[in-house]
Amino acid sequence: MISVSGLIGQVFAIALALLLAPLLAGWVGQCRAWLQSRSAPPLLLPYYMLHKLFNKDVVLAHGASSLFRAAPFIIFGCMVLACAIVPTLSTDLPFAPAADALALVGVFGLARIFIALAGMDVGTSFGTLGGRREMLVGFLAEPALLMVFFTLAMIAQSTSLPTIVETLAHRELVIYPSLAFAGVAFTFVSLAENARVPVDNPATHLELTMIHEAMILEYSGRHLALIEWAASLKLYAYSCLGLALFFPWGIAPGDDFLALVAAIPLLVLKLAIGGFLLAGIETVNAKMRIFRAPEFLGTAFMLAVLGLLVRLLLEARV
Amino acid sequence: MHFFDDPHIDFAPQPGQGAPIWCGEAPSGFALRHFAESVRRGGGRIAAIWGTDCRRTGEGFHLHCVFGCDPGHLWVGLDLPADAPHYPDLAELFAAANRMQRTTRDMVGIATEGGDQRPWLRHGGWPAGWYPLRHDAGDPPEFANRPTDYDFVKLGGEGAHEIPVGPIHAGIIEPGHFRFSVVGERVLKLEQRLGYQHKGVERLFGGADLARGAQLVGRVSGDSSCAYAWAYADAVESACGAAPPPRALALRALMLERERVANHLGDLGALGNDAAFAFGLTQFLRLKEDWVRLNAKVFGHRFLFDRIVPGGVAVDVDAAALNAIVEQCAAMEPAVKALRALYDEHAGLQDRFVTTGTIDRDLAQELSLSGMAARATGVLLDGRAHRQGYTPPPPYAALGVRPATDERGDVAARVAVRFDEVFESLRLLRLLAVGMPAGETRVEPAPLPGGRGLGVIEGWRGEVIVGVELDGEGRLARVHPHDPSWQAWLALEFAVLKDIVPDFPLINKSFNLSYSGVDL
Repeated sequence: MISVSGLIGQVFAIALALLLAPLLAGWVGQCRAWLQSRSAPPLLLPYYMLHKLFNKDVVLAHGASSLFRAAPFIIFGCMVLACAIVPTLSTDLPFAPAADALALVGVFGLARIFIALAGMDVGTSFGTLGGRREMLVGFLAEPALLMVFFTLAMIAQSTSLPTIVETLAHRELVIYPSLAFAGVAFTFVSLAENARVPVDNPATHLELTMIHEAMILEYSGRHLALIEWAASLKLYAYSCLGLALFFPWGIAPGDDFLALVAAIPLLVLKLAIGGFLLAGIETVNAKMRIFRAPEFLGTAFMLAVLGLLVRLLLEARV
Repeated sequence: MHFFDDPHIDFAPQPGQGAPIWCGEAPSGFALRHFAESVRRGGGRIAAIWGTDCRRTGEGFHLHCVFGCDPGHLWVGLDLPADAPHYPDLAELFAAANRMQRTTRDMVGIATEGGDQRPWLRHGGWPAGWYPLRHDAGDPPEFANRPTDYDFVKLGGEGAHEIPVGPIHAGIIEPGHFRFSVVGERVLKLEQRLGYQHKGVERLFGGADLARGAQLVGRVSGDSSCAYAWAYADAVESACGAAPPPRALALRALMLERERVANHLGDLGALGNDAAFAFGLTQFLRLKEDWVRLNAKVFGHRFLFDRIVPGGVAVDVDAAALNAIVEQCAAMEPAVKALRALYDEHAGLQDRFVTTGTIDRDLAQELSLSGMAARATGVLLDGRAHRQGYTPPPPYAALGVRPATDERGDVAARVAVRFDEVFESLRLLRLLAVGMPAGETRVEPAPLPGGRGLGVIEGWRGEVIVGVELDGEGRLARVHPHDPSWQAWLALEFAVLKDIVPDFPLINKSFNLSYSGVDL
């Protein structure tokens, strides 16, 4: 059942995601600079970057096929859809029935496949190198993310994200130990999926160590702008997902318009704190050897499974 | 006198105050080869090879080989006829000789009999028969713009493929090409192709006066400017029979140690950054910036260019400046100690450093490695420190330098050696500043026509060698600057063998070799 306020909320959430995502990336960059005792780049740097890239011509590699040109749009579309499904401001999302938590994993997976294919498409060794490393990280991160969602779905008795968030946010306060395990696992997966330290280094110039950056080395102009924007949308989607699942307070229920407006500053505040913590994690950690990534994500998977078991054995008395 | 019980070559000590060097002439190619075998058996190493065109004075070509051994360096010459300038291949005995021989062929046109005949510095458009260091070479011909056709060693087998990297990199670094043969992430072989920084610096020395030569040599590899300038000054002073005053020598050591500390600080930060620990980089860069600012204040140049000249030094320092240096050392030590504790206790960083990029002591000796990288494998080789049969040149002889070594040979060992050397250099700097002798800072060396000399200085990377020959008018006829990176680049090819592709940048940074210094 689609309500008017639901539609407004949905459109508003997407617009906010498109606007806030680069800001979040800029904020994380600023915090990281401060924590390393550097003077920080401007907060709006990602916007300047997008503006610059959209105004530049595209240089295409000789071997680039139509897949290479289509991939940025597909990836960008996937990330916008992901941001539309995740309850950022309100749980009344008309798009939500289109995809539940499991399908969200699929949306991220689709974007991953296209970026890896695009990286391999031009046939440079770095694209292939990045593509296969991305798939290594991805195939380990996905099961862990699914396990996190299973735990939450068991709590809410539904795989629909708005239902899960509503259950966690608006029922009487019950402490779920399983959530703690799921939360840590989700943090691990988020770091890996968003190409952050300790799995990848978004700031590196060393082409041989890159994962995400290696795949997009051949992109330029508006294609690169879309990919950069999609990367910040992905970070935004993961951050909002984490906040909605583990700190759901303040997200507007149903069709309460006032609560929707009130949810915005709260979301910004939560994202600011989250971004600072992410910068903190990136500052105190070194990048691990690439073959440690399976251990790291294996740990995430084990924690998620533990969460599920805790839920099954200790909490499920309904 | 004779070395390694080899009767063919008679050596005489080189005069001067520099590092101990003995000069000799090989009567024939056979004798050179025989002597090289003796050096190898005796645990020596190849230090440098270059060639000179002497046809103007009617002597054909001349080959220079410098061998390193326990007492010092042996400078062996070999006359080659003008019509058939060939000599025996030494790369079979010393792997590190390979690229030096190929460069000698590319630059002067004197080649080995057999062995690897691929070009080294000669890239794409450079015509094969044009040798820039021959006196009749003339101006460079018009070079056709065509790609390099270089015969890389190919590996076959299931799943093996190549990753070409560079010469253009994603960061702002010097250009070099690395050809990795890999299976998955595992490195099977690394082959380097350098020479993209070739700028004809050796040719520029020809006909220059001594002062111009000092300027040029300090710019061969900017991070080792002091080491090059001092090695050149040693060579010129030996060639001209000049003796720099004690205060000049102490000031040179002061600058060399400051150069060493500056480079180690920068590299230690960069090593953290390459493991995505950017916090380390910013902290070390701040310390390095403080350090080079005091260089600018005291010596007038952040990187100490043109401060060391033949005959002495170009700047004098007053008591207040020496005091500032002592104070900075006192402030630097706890700061670096704190950062060392941070590096040592950071599990993630240590996980990247330990067992990565290992070369053992035997391999280091096999590859004639010198300097910091060699000491990180447990080879006790430091031109500033006493060892059996070796007395370091002044002012180091009186300082009692304690060489830093580590047995592990991995990135962690090179990090540890760098830290230890920073602390040792801080100690030396204080000793030098406090005990600075009074007196003159410079004598003017009178160019001696036909003179020649060799200088060896332990730079921060390893031993920097400069060979100088003067012409009949007392101008520079031929200068060969030799960077320790010649040997260390080869060691890097071996260091990466047990590791995976994404560890290469870290291993590379732990050596931090010079491209400019070998591309000449």
